[in-house]
Amino acid sequence: MLVHPYGDTRDDGVIQFSFTLPVSYSVKAADVGKQFLEKLGFHSVAVAECKAIDPEYTLYVAYGRTDIGIDPDEVKGDYLEVDEMDYYAINALIKAKLGRKLRVVGAAVESDAHTVGIDAIMNMKGFAGDYGLERYPEMDALNMGSQIPCAQLLRTALDRDADAILVSQIVTQKNIHVQHLTQLVELLEAEGVRERFVLVVGGPRINNAFAKELGYDAGFGPRTTPLEVASFLAQEVARRSADV
Amino acid sequence: MNDALRLNAETVARARAAANAIADDIQQHIEEHTTDTTERATLRLLGIAGVNEIDVPLVNVVVEQARDLLPGGITRPFVDLMLRTGRTALEVAAGVAAGELRLEPVPAERREAAEVRGRKLARDGVARIDAVRRRRNELVTEVGEPVKPYVYVIVATGNIYEDAAQAKAAARAGADVIAVIRTTAQSLLDYVPYGETTEGFGGTYATQENFRLMRAALDEVGAELGRYIRLCNYASGLCMPEIATMGALERLDMMLNDSMYGIIFRNINMQRTFVDQYLSRLINARAGIIINTGEDNYLTTADAFEKGYTVVSSDFINEAFALRANLEPWQIGLGHAFEIDPSKPDQVVYQIADAQLIRQLFPGYPLKYMPPTKYMPGDIFQGHIIDGMFNFTGIFTGQEIMLLGMLTEALHTPLLQDRYLSIKNAKYVFESCRDLAAEVTFRPGGMIEQRANDQLEKATKQLEHVRHIGLFKALEDGEFADVKRDPRGGRGFEGVFKVGADYFNPFFGALLEGRMSGAPAGPATVEGSSNDGGEQRC
Repeated sequence: MLVHPYGDTRDDGVIQFSFTLPVSYSVKAADVGKQFLEKLGFHSVAVAECKAIDPEYTLYVAYGRTDIGIDPDEVKGDYLEVDEMDYYAINALIKAKLGRKLRVVGAAVESDAHTVGIDAIMNMKGFAGDYGLERYPEMDALNMGSQIPCAQLLRTALDRDADAILVSQIVTQKNIHVQHLTQLVELLEAEGVRERFVLVVGGPRINNAFAKELGYDAGFGPRTTPLEVASFLAQEVARRSADV
Repeated sequence: MNDALRLNAETVARARAAANAIADDIQQHIEEHTTDTTERATLRLLGIAGVNEIDVPLVNVVVEQARDLLPGGITRPFVDLMLRTGRTALEVAAGVAAGELRLEPVPAERREAAEVRGRKLARDGVARIDAVRRRRNELVTEVGEPVKPYVYVIVATGNIYEDAAQAKAAARAGADVIAVIRTTAQSLLDYVPYGETTEGFGGTYATQENFRLMRAALDEVGAELGRYIRLCNYASGLCMPEIATMGALERLDMMLNDSMYGIIFRNINMQRTFVDQYLSRLINARAGIIINTGEDNYLTTADAFEKGYTVVSSDFINEAFALRANLEPWQIGLGHAFEIDPSKPDQVVYQIADAQLIRQLFPGYPLKYMPPTKYMPGDIFQGHIIDGMFNFTGIFTGQEIMLLGMLTEALHTPLLQDRYLSIKNAKYVFESCRDLAAEVTFRPGGMIEQRANDQLEKATKQLEHVRHIGLFKALEDGEFADVKRDPRGGRGFEGVFKVGADYFNPFFGALLEGRMSGAPAGPATVEGSSNDGGEQRC
């Protein structure tokens, strides 16, 4: 069944916009913005605000309606649906299925200096009351921090005989994160050790389908919690050890 | 407002005493060591810029060639070579790069001549910095001084020309300080790139030419607006003193320049960083540059409510180092941040306590207050309100350098409109609450006063603990930001040298003698004289 944006009345199709055009403000500025939105296919366009934020740029806040709807059932993709467990169940699963600690190494690789993501998932404290992997008694988790070269991450993972590698990529411009993520996969493949690890990437620009395209086992996007990652790791490593 | 909270004066005195002892201890280490970048900065102060045919800066080529001589300092052998060849500093550097000249140890009979000439050249180098500082003072007088707090925003396109366009737009919208974020990982380059650049990742290369281009753009827009627009960059990483030199020569007005940031957040060797921060700060002091310290970063890794006191103790340490590097209080922009979880009840009450505490502990210092980042949501509307509370806390507690939060903080580098909206948010809050603080008092013994004294007490205990074990050991233990560092590990340790008894670097003396004093002053800019779009709208 088609659904439409819901503004004030069901199926009214109202969408809110804010954008800047590189045009000087003039008496026709409002119409420039209005006609632009109409060209995009919106109707009943109302420009709520258009003002010069600079002699050369005009900011718009506007509303428009669309008749286009979407059927959520038609949306298909490669989603990672983690069967989320609680902290105790995760530890119990590792103990029962592995009989040893699950070893995981994580880092923000190459030029990325931002640890906020990897810290939230791995550090003892975790995020928003949800403990990080370091806290799990059945995990041996090492957060290497930021700006770790791929080669060093791999060496550490091999030295510790890790089950899983977690990579974080937060800051990106001109898609440098793709370059770094590809570099790590290529390195693992060149060394013939890709299959030894559950390879996971997380970051604000990451989703599962994209991660798989790059050769990762899973990708976690924004709002991921340590519990989701821990559940996935425990289940995936347990599954692999059962396969052997 | 400086006695608004009743703080325990005895505890404050204990904290400062501990910080001074900590800094004195490290100052000893600083005096006993030099680094490759310290020597390269020295060459830059002698007037050397430029790169060789494979883009290696000449100062790097010269210092690499003379690595064995560094315990005695680069200046004596370098100036000796100038005297022997009759060439200028730049010509000698080019000659070394071309392989036709070599730096050699200076025999006893030529030492004095080299040192006399070296001292003269050092005075000339420092005179160039003084001239730039005088020019800033003139411009501020001519053009006008913004009303504080300074509105500070970043640009980060990677392309210096696009940065300049965005910076001008931001200035027209009301920004007083423009910081050009550096490209990712520049802090880990052991050289400073050369020339104008139009490609970067998450920021723009700090090069002397880029500094010059941005300076020109800001001067232009400042003249148009009747408000001197300040330029900020980063004297941090592996080339701290070199970037400070470039900034001093190209009239930057502010520099991120922390004594410990590189150690904690970039894993740069601590023995190196302490040496590097000293010369970089001496240069900033001389140049009339305001430094910013980076304590806000602690709260992106450690929890702001639990570990807020580490910001206070680190501010005391940064203050102690800064004063030892000849900076005046008006130049010391100690950092702190608004990073307590917004879902915590009374978050803003605690933020006010922390901000007011720092305001009272460091009177006369232009504190740099950093906006929320860690808990900024993808919901930009909510984020805009959290930024509003940050702005409120800033004006209410008298912060002077407000690094504005962006509603899209969690998402991407700011869009043109984000910067504009953020500035409007800040200006509204600042003007609507400008005199509020003078009208209210804090409840004696209330939540705010208690929190402030509790933070002060914890910070003081931490400082006394650090004094007891020494700062190197404290950094090894992860006292700050929960990050642990090895005194012999990290980047750039190979560039640290114990100085010999014959170490000679005339710049340390020249930078200290006969300094200029005081902040630039100019007519206050009337609010709203810039284009705020008020008349031009639909």
